Amino acid sequence: MANESWVWVLEERIPSITKEGSATLEKLLDALRHQQWSDQDVFAVHLSLEEAIVNAILHGNEGDPQRSVDIKFHVAKTHVRIEIVDEGSGFDPDGLPDPTADENLEKPSGRGVMLMRHYMDEVQYNKRGNHVIMVKKRVGGSS
Amino acid sequence: MADYRQISVAETDGVTIVHFNDQRILDAGSIQQLGEDLFKLVEEEQRDKLLLNFADVEFLSSAALNRLIMLDKKVKEAGGNLKFCDICAGIMDVFAITRLDKHFEIIEDESTALAAF
Repeated sequence: MANESWVWVLEERIPSITKEGSATLEKLLDALRHQQWSDQDVFAVHLSLEEAIVNAILHGNEGDPQRSVDIKFHVAKTHVRIEIVDEGSGFDPDGLPDPTADENLEKPSGRGVMLMRHYMDEVQYNKRGNHVIMVKKRVGGSS
Repeated sequence: MADYRQISVAETDGVTIVHFNDQRILDAGSIQQLGEDLFKLVEEEQRDKLLLNFADVEFLSSAALNRLIMLDKKVKEAGGNLKFCDICAGIMDVFAITRLDKHFEIIEDESTALAAF
């Protein structure tokens, strides 16, 4: 990552309050739009980031505003890299039930990680499950 | 009629048509209020024919999807009928990826949806 040529970088620590997460998320979206990323790419990043931040706040940190979420955004001309770390005990992202299975379609939960994996090009969790790195390659828009 | 914060409600031929006030159904607080508004239609006002019009909705997260699933369950338990219409391509992708396009009744436009009740 040290050799990357980043055009925009932001690192923030936020309390586990969803409004704070939304405010940080908007900063990245503004940066992408300023770099003229396509609406399609911005949507993909928006949805994935929303899911990841909400997971960190509500599941990882259990909605405890005393707990923090560390967020790092690195934007290059060709891709964006997002890191999110919560203070929770973690989870097994590969052990989640398939939300698209017939028996799970009526369940009002469990779709966030699937959506992240669909819309981002890379989604990697650490072993503990409290640290996720996502990468989205720029597809549309001018670079 | 109850006051709603996240939705606008109208009625045509016995069908309750719901529009969303926000283009981006986003933060947890808004989504919780949205859920409360929608559930009120069924639980307090006993409306049993609901059409959710997604025109102008350009973003929604899985938390919002969860509220829609819960609404669908409440409507079915009440013996009612729930349909969606005017969903943009990007949001439609989300429904398709999650296979919720098979779970919900989604119709292209409002007039066709109204005729289907």
